[in-house]
Amino acid sequence: MKNKLIELKSWLYLLPAVIFLGIFMVYPLIDVFVYSFEEGYNFASQSYFGTGFYNYSYVLHDPYFLQAVKNTFIIVIITVPLSTLIALFISVLLSSITKLRSLFQTVYFLPYVTNTLAVGLVFMILFKKTAYTDGMINLLINAFGGSSVDFIDGPYWAKMTVMCIYTIWVVMPFKILILTSALSSVNPDYYSAARVDGTRPWRIFYKITLPMISPMIFYLVITGFIGAFKAYSDEVALFGVDLNAAGMNTIVGYVYDMLYGDSGGYPSFASAAAIILFIIVLTITVINLMISNSDD
Amino acid sequence: MEVVLDHLTKIFPSRDKKNPADVIAVNDFDFTIPDGKLIGLLGPSGCGKSTTLNLICGLLKPTKGRILFGEDDVTELPPEDRGVGLVFQNYALYPHLTVRQNILFPLQNIRGEGRPTKEEMNAKAEEAARLVQIDMLMDRKPKELSGGQQQRVAIARALVKRPKVLLLDEPLSNLDARLRLQTREEIKRIQTETGITTIFVTHDQEEAMSISDLIVVMKDGILQQIGRPQEVYDEPVNMFVAKFLGTPQINMFDGRVSGGFLYIGDTPVLKSDAPEGDVHVGIRPEGFILADGPEDDEEVAAGVEPFECDLKAVEVSGRDVSIVSTNPACQGTNIRAIMGSDRNLNVSGEKVSFYLKPHKVYLFDKTTEDRVK
Repeated sequence: MKNKLIELKSWLYLLPAVIFLGIFMVYPLIDVFVYSFEEGYNFASQSYFGTGFYNYSYVLHDPYFLQAVKNTFIIVIITVPLSTLIALFISVLLSSITKLRSLFQTVYFLPYVTNTLAVGLVFMILFKKTAYTDGMINLLINAFGGSSVDFIDGPYWAKMTVMCIYTIWVVMPFKILILTSALSSVNPDYYSAARVDGTRPWRIFYKITLPMISPMIFYLVITGFIGAFKAYSDEVALFGVDLNAAGMNTIVGYVYDMLYGDSGGYPSFASAAAIILFIIVLTITVINLMISNSDD
Repeated sequence: MEVVLDHLTKIFPSRDKKNPADVIAVNDFDFTIPDGKLIGLLGPSGCGKSTTLNLICGLLKPTKGRILFGEDDVTELPPEDRGVGLVFQNYALYPHLTVRQNILFPLQNIRGEGRPTKEEMNAKAEEAARLVQIDMLMDRKPKELSGGQQQRVAIARALVKRPKVLLLDEPLSNLDARLRLQTREEIKRIQTETGITTIFVTHDQEEAMSISDLIVVMKDGILQQIGRPQEVYDEPVNMFVAKFLGTPQINMFDGRVSGGFLYIGDTPVLKSDAPEGDVHVGIRPEGFILADGPEDDEEVAAGVEPFECDLKAVEVSGRDVSIVSTNPACQGTNIRAIMGSDRNLNVSGEKVSFYLKPHKVYLFDKTTEDRVK
């Protein structure tokens, strides 16, 4: 009896959070799921023609969507491992210096507090090529005897290269921040013990440091995957709002376009695309978690 | 392996701008640690004992002086080339490796000619594990072990390469009281069995006294005394050593030597041929004889009077009896005298009187605090 009362009380205390989450998280999610099965749903008239898998079929056959999926996967597969590796490298170097360490830490953290769109502009200027001037990167390429490439408005691989560099650059600060703190939380006695035992620096790194910070690395990889799958604003920052025309759309970009873009007004297709993205992210995250758990 | 510390000094530069004085953690240590013995480095916190240990193992470079292992000067050698095993206070076992992998780790670091084969490594690891009696726990992770077991794994890891010198940093401080007793005997046994020169650091004098062949008492980076535990206890060179060793602590009094007698207050308590003047008097708790019977002729004939104190309490432990009393000349709050419990003590009333055992009474200079003989 008393236990029941306590349980009732706990639910009462949880109620505000439950109501809030229910209205703003759970209900919309279910709604999106429902929309994705309603053909030709119209916001204004709140009407639809029928139900079924037509939305999914349409989205999966839409070349723009397939392009967006391809782009997203390329960005994910290139940027997540690369950014994590580079961040690890920089963090290890940062942890092994004492002078100017805090200065460098600040410098590396700057991109995190900088506006994405503003930085996108800077990247555009760095990489651009117009009839009159070249950006700094093209000047460099010219200096080494190459010919200018239009990274912003040119061939697909050039745009993808800029996209990946930009994405890595943007996600790096957070990873460095997490990894430097993870590295500094490793008890220095482990390193002393390893030194007394005559462990070579490389072996110390992969036998001691890496396993010790592996939870943090897994955390970064998982959140990195999720973040990269949801990329959109970075693409807009570099290539403008018409991503389909630039061939640089992402899944989230596709969802947005379906809702509000030039081809907008198709909430059913947007919902179906969103659900597909959700399934992809869920699958990848579950695989990630399984790998990290099997290590233990 | 004999370890020679040759005028060893370690100075840490001050990092505090307001107090620019450098910290001298180890000040001109000059002594030899004999081969195959168990040595306790003893002193209060911050006296430089761990620094000394780190200097010997090579994690720190001395500011001045040399370290020799036998004939070899190892001062400039990195830790891995010195042939030392080090057990950390928190054990520093790699949490992601099993006990076996932890013990194998130092062996796997060996490169080139000396690298043992897999079978040899396993055999050595098994041997080290058997020595510390953890061979049945080889496939566990450190977090699945108790503190005492982790300690043993750490010792096994330090021993697996057969070091010339084994160093233990506060080996017992993370264990509970019962385990501490057991582990210190264990350390003694392992040391005796292997015959490896072993140096351990502790702030616990009882720990150091009980198992060391030799104790080194330090204070503020300065070596105070080195000797066999009983020797150091019986013949402390100064007031610090006398106060630091022994539980319960030595009782300190303001005294005076005059006319061939040692006075505490106005009582001539002992004959003394020390130079005249004021002195600190230290009396070990076991240095008191209860003056409860008829006057002791011998003492009276010598002109010595019983030392009278105000009785506060009598504490019975079963093995012995502590008489707690006060006296205006006492530097501490209480005087603690320990009597054997084998005879009935007749202690009651307000006062208690003692005769003193001369070899348990030490005189120290008022200013230098050095022993006066």
